Amino acid sequence: MSEIKEIISRILPSATFTEGDTLMVTVDEKDWHGFAKALKETKGLEFDVLSAVVGMDWKDSLGVVYYLTSTSRNWDVISVKVAVPDRENPMIHSVCDLWKVANFQEREVYDFYGIKFINHPDMRRFFLRNDWNGHPLRKDYDADPKLNPIPTEDEKNEDDTVSYVEDENGNVKAVPGKVFEEDEYVVNVGPQHPSTHGVMRFRASVDGETVKKVDVVSGYIHRGIEKLSEGLTYPQILHFTDRMDYMSAHQNRHCLCMCIEKAMGLEVPRRAQVIRVMMDELMRISSHLLSFGCTAMDLGATTAFFYGFREREMILDIFEKTCGARMSMNYNVIGGVIADLHPDFVKDVKEFIRIMPSRLKEYHKVFSGNLIAKNRLKKVGHLSKEDAINYAITGPSGRGSNWSCDCRKKHPYSVYPEVEFEEVLESGCDSYSRYMVRMKEIEQSCRILEQLVDRIPEGDIRAQVPKVIKLPVGCWYQQVEASRGTFGVYIESTGEKNPYRVHFQSPCFNLVGVMDLTCSGYMIADLITIGAALDFVIPDIDR
Amino acid sequence: MFNFGIWTSEFNNFLMGFLPEWATVLVECVIIAVLVLLTYTVLALFYILYERKLCAWFQCRLGPMRVGKWGLLQVFADMFKILIKELISLKDTDRLLFKLAPYLVITSSVVMLACLPWGNGLQVINYNIGIFFILAVSSVGVLGILLAGWASNNKYTLIGAMRSGAQMISYEISLGLAIITIIVFAGTMNINELVWAQDKAWFIFRGHIPAIIAFLIYIVAATAETNRGPFDLPEAEHELTAGYHTEYSGIHFGFFYLAEYLNLFIVSGIASLMFLGGWMPLHIPGWDGFNNVMNYIPSVVWFLGKSFFVSYVIIWFKWTFPRVRIDQMLSFEWKYLMPLSLANLVLMAVFVALGWHF
Repeated sequence: MSEIKEIISRILPSATFTEGDTLMVTVDEKDWHGFAKALKETKGLEFDVLSAVVGMDWKDSLGVVYYLTSTSRNWDVISVKVAVPDRENPMIHSVCDLWKVANFQEREVYDFYGIKFINHPDMRRFFLRNDWNGHPLRKDYDADPKLNPIPTEDEKNEDDTVSYVEDENGNVKAVPGKVFEEDEYVVNVGPQHPSTHGVMRFRASVDGETVKKVDVVSGYIHRGIEKLSEGLTYPQILHFTDRMDYMSAHQNRHCLCMCIEKAMGLEVPRRAQVIRVMMDELMRISSHLLSFGCTAMDLGATTAFFYGFREREMILDIFEKTCGARMSMNYNVIGGVIADLHPDFVKDVKEFIRIMPSRLKEYHKVFSGNLIAKNRLKKVGHLSKEDAINYAITGPSGRGSNWSCDCRKKHPYSVYPEVEFEEVLESGCDSYSRYMVRMKEIEQSCRILEQLVDRIPEGDIRAQVPKVIKLPVGCWYQQVEASRGTFGVYIESTGEKNPYRVHFQSPCFNLVGVMDLTCSGYMIADLITIGAALDFVIPDIDR
Repeated sequence: MFNFGIWTSEFNNFLMGFLPEWATVLVECVIIAVLVLLTYTVLALFYILYERKLCAWFQCRLGPMRVGKWGLLQVFADMFKILIKELISLKDTDRLLFKLAPYLVITSSVVMLACLPWGNGLQVINYNIGIFFILAVSSVGVLGILLAGWASNNKYTLIGAMRSGAQMISYEISLGLAIITIIVFAGTMNINELVWAQDKAWFIFRGHIPAIIAFLIYIVAATAETNRGPFDLPEAEHELTAGYHTEYSGIHFGFFYLAEYLNLFIVSGIASLMFLGGWMPLHIPGWDGFNNVMNYIPSVVWFLGKSFFVSYVIIWFKWTFPRVRIDQMLSFEWKYLMPLSLANLVLMAVFVALGWHF
């Protein structure tokens, strides 16, 4: 870290440093774009992944906190803070020319904070309607319903966009643009569509059966979790995590708990840690089984879908016995887990591990080995490793592009360093590779479960925590490997019992970001295949 | 073998006894129309349940179980529901074509059904180009689908209709060639004669290699012709919600739905007619005792049994295979299936010319 600090102060002497759980660099807005370019390109820094973009409102100023990861330098993470005092017309230079993932991330920040990004190609709102008044995550947001009455008319398709372009003299002017041209044949997929896996909407411009461009329209089930969290105490915000990516409920909640525990300096009992990891892996298997079933169903093989659900049912039964719920388990709590394991847990998990290998063989026989399935999945939705890194596509989808990005290996947490498992990589860069990574990860997760199931230590299931949980002043960032990629939680606290700002960095948000890239040039049927193989869960995008 | 023709001609004579000829024909036509429509409905209902039960068993489920014993009455409930549903009329559609389309589809399938040989002497019309007529009528159904897709003023339906047009017109070629292969072998297009030509043994055995190849081609092409999985692209519900009939409701939707199931029966019926002897019982040359026993099973049972078996295979396809993509499907037809059918036709001609058959 000190080397990084040295190099940075050489590049930008005006940068100031704050030591926290990660090194935070504060830079002026006018230096930001050049500094970002240096961070990405300077030897010894090479921060090639933009992990998170967190919009902030510090009352006296608005700004953004960027989290950057360097894949070549041992996955070091630094954060950069950029603030602008102008609340009326805040502007920050866009970095989406350096990290493509910033495209959607910056649109989200614009939507919620009204910060305009200079040189961003498509500065539209991301979640809210275009005619919405105000920017809801600002601290001075007026939630008066009179300002935004319930609309009685259908929303128009907004094909107009704007870009704030800076010329050589530093003058910024708005340049209008078009998302789709007048004569393009735009097919609307969603929000009510059988294969968008939720209320997602794509607008695809097609030429015959070939997709030319995909525009993502999101926000149909946005619940404003981040805004809600600001008004609640820490234990109260836990349950939101189960409702984001409901197929990674345990991992997401694990992440938030770890972030709070890190801030509190709390030691979690070993029994709780082992239970948490086992639950995470069961959740991962359940998620990948659902993904298998849905991929098969989206390709028209409805029978395989039921086969996947048959095994998933066993995991849900295990969850139901211990957590009391099959869907939103609400199992992890700050300091441990809420309830002890059900007496049948060990027996059930062993039974599951016993039957799973033969069932996987059956899946390969029924679906993956089928010629039609192979033809539909192979060479469809190409995503190169460079693009995967640039768009921060983590999880099975990133590993299907041969990018080693498993958070369990790169930033080991909980008891993961003690268990043996392999990070599954496939080099096909297509939908088939992504699909195969998931199938092989089921085997690896079973391996982890096998190692832990007989080694669950006795002891407390949760640590002693104070009745009122207050975090010290500061900010923390924690990542875990959720079922669909790296899930991150950012908490900023002012020492109160509720957080000043919580940001959830969801992997699915990045996944929809590559829909346009991966679908262009393929056919309408492939759009569904690619969506299924990327496997995004909509509530995770619309937090 | 019982000849149903005795009953029908006696009934004819009975009517002729007290009615002029034109009235006799009129009465007979009405009765036949009612019978055909009744058969159509009952068969469609049976097929819906048949497929639902089969697919449930493939998928480790039970299928409909609540209405009636083993869910037997479920389809009646569903059909009744469809009948009482509102026919929604949409803005900016081509009203006339929109309403015409389902009738075109269902008419073509009813006409095809009427041409099938149901049993010994149980046939509506004995036509010297019977099988040719069936093929010709089946093409009218495509028109209905294209119209439905076009008139709905919806992008999904239009894409579905375009796919359907491309698919059905392409696969009709292989389907026709497979049938022509058998016509070359049998030397007739008359349905009655086709069946009687299989008295000694069914065509699939008599024509051996080329007939078996033709049968396989026919099954693949017929699956595509009926828009069933893995060729269900026109209504690929995961891409186009419901394809060409997305905008239809009530009984207009029901027409598409019934026609789809009946087309499944019709292509199975043609398969059993052309390859598996139609209503002709299983006869093995030389085994006279066995053949006599087989003759005791009514011819209608033979025909339905064979058709249900072929349908079972086609249903099995649907619930096993993923859906193919439009370009894959078309290249499969034009690059592999059609050349193969043509080669098979030549092969059959050679076999017939040299007498290499039974």
